[in-house]
Amino acid sequence: MGYWADNILGFFLGREYFRLKGPIRSSFRPAFSPQLTLASHLSCPLTSLQNPTVAAAPAAMTSSPAARRRPPGPLALGLESSANKIGIGVVSLSGEILSNPRHTYVTPPGHGFLPRETAHHHLAHLLPLLRAALGEAGVTPADLACVCYTKGPGMGAPLQVAAAAARALSLLWGKPLVGVNHCVAHVEMGRAVTGAVDPVVLYVSGGNTQVIAYSEGRYRIFGETIDIAVGNCLDRFARVLELSNDPSPGYNIEQLAKKGEKFIDLPYVVKGMDVSFSGILSFIEATAIEKLKNNECTPADLCYSLQETLFAMLVEITERAMAHCDLKDVLIVGGVGCNERLQEMMRIMCSERGGRLFATDDRYCIDNGAMIAYTGLLAYAHGMTTPLEESTFTQRFRTDEVHAIWREKEMPVLTNIRAHAMAEVSKDEASVPTPIAVDS
Amino acid sequence: MDSTQEQQQDFGVLLKQGAEGRVFVSTFVGRKCVIKERFSKKYRHPLLDSKLTLKRLNAEARCMTKARKLGVPTPVLYAVDPLLHTLTFEYVDGLSVKDILLGFGSNGINEEQLIDIATQIGNAVGKLHDGGLVHGDLTTSNMIIKNNTNQLVLIDFGLSFISTIPEDKAVDLYVLERALISMHSSCGDVMEKILTAYRKASKQWCATTNKLAQVRQRGRKRTMIG
Repeated sequence: MGYWADNILGFFLGREYFRLKGPIRSSFRPAFSPQLTLASHLSCPLTSLQNPTVAAAPAAMTSSPAARRRPPGPLALGLESSANKIGIGVVSLSGEILSNPRHTYVTPPGHGFLPRETAHHHLAHLLPLLRAALGEAGVTPADLACVCYTKGPGMGAPLQVAAAAARALSLLWGKPLVGVNHCVAHVEMGRAVTGAVDPVVLYVSGGNTQVIAYSEGRYRIFGETIDIAVGNCLDRFARVLELSNDPSPGYNIEQLAKKGEKFIDLPYVVKGMDVSFSGILSFIEATAIEKLKNNECTPADLCYSLQETLFAMLVEITERAMAHCDLKDVLIVGGVGCNERLQEMMRIMCSERGGRLFATDDRYCIDNGAMIAYTGLLAYAHGMTTPLEESTFTQRFRTDEVHAIWREKEMPVLTNIRAHAMAEVSKDEASVPTPIAVDS
Repeated sequence: MDSTQEQQQDFGVLLKQGAEGRVFVSTFVGRKCVIKERFSKKYRHPLLDSKLTLKRLNAEARCMTKARKLGVPTPVLYAVDPLLHTLTFEYVDGLSVKDILLGFGSNGINEEQLIDIATQIGNAVGKLHDGGLVHGDLTTSNMIIKNNTNQLVLIDFGLSFISTIPEDKAVDLYVLERALISMHSSCGDVMEKILTAYRKASKQWCATTNKLAQVRQRGRKRTMIG
């Protein structure tokens, strides 16, 4: 049994592992066979992933609450690796998050993350995170109903890591697979955590900028960026200023913008319900070099003006979608959604219209495994699974391609999610360092 | 809250709060009129806000009158007040196309009326575009069907601008297409009917529809990561 398990995981992960890792740097080339190298990443034999009694309390995980009350209903494991974060989460259908560890690939100031190196990072952290997720949740693979992974959209090489791992785990544990749309997962997680019933959703991250509302079985995109995403614009400007990428470039821009005083006039580009950011980026890059050289403004002023202009555009298209759909509430999701200035502006707009703003903090805004698990579980509970032959991943996967079958018959459990989710969260990020330290 | 109440009393009865401003029903020299106030957005930086508000107020007044000159029915503009940021124009009595199409969705489609509306939309947009005017916010809530004459009236020129580039016209049509798909997909392919009329009404339809195909692709195939 153990030999069989090693071979399956070795086949899937090993092949991906060497394709990504082998050719890049010779110093990375392993001296061992794929199976041996993989095994060295684990603190106990692979077979324990399959054997419930051993996996329940692995040595590295003894501090986690293994004896926690098991929530009712099915559980799912979710793997997310579409951008520079890898996260694995375990959730129940009632929205209870049992574990949600995550690790971020942080590059030096002035640099972005490249697909290949990001995939390397994800591979190195995948198995420790998997152990952490199962251990912290106090569940065994036998307890899970399905294995969910991000099918897209995202960067190809990083997406491949979760997709390959999910396939291997599905075969190893004999559990069905569910491929999940990353954007829809953000929306569902936001709704579950905040309790927003039918909001206009502003999804803003490093790769996406969309205004979404549910209509007739699908999440429809009402407005979106026609070129780069808002997070990409902020990240790339942070590179011009050589701001740190730790914890994220957007966070550092936000902190610097608080010191800004002078408003610099920037292009303001709203095209119908859509926005465009690339021209603003070119403009402010040129302005930054020019004005900083002549001491006409400070980097803080630039960050402040950029944020004010970008966010005003986002709030405007959100407001237009609200007026068009006749909806009162707004939900902000995605990495840029943690920005408190954006939340503040949106809150003012909502209160002017007599609506409410729902926003979450970095635990949920930023990509994580629990959102994939939860959305996959919703689909699974309505009979949607992904057969092994179709368990592909794709860089391009629009939000409105997904049939949101669970929204048609809203489940009653959705109403009481918030309390559970809030109670469970405090530990998820804190649990990450331990397994990562074991790995290095 | 107090100041809002006062303002509402100043301008008349609040008809609708849109994304851009509030619309009031009032009277102007004995005629029933609509007053559209562009309120300042508190979430925006004051400099940015005053720049945008004034720019759009002026543009709206200019574009509304230009559209009338081009033969597209719009409300008659009575007055512009750049200090209070208000426009005063004719009251149009009728239902918005959005409400009519939503009615089709729930009560069944009146095919004859649907074709009539689609043709009028295509004609109006074609005339605008040939005259070098881009509406900028072609959604079904910005179109009214007059009660007695069944004539289509275009409203809300707040995002309109002057342009003869096929790109801008195509984006204009694309906004309309998406608004139709997102709100009225149960009415069938209304856009095709609109485009048929548009091709007849606009002399430059060829360049615009070619560009429209490109714009559609752009929305569809853009990479989305994050």
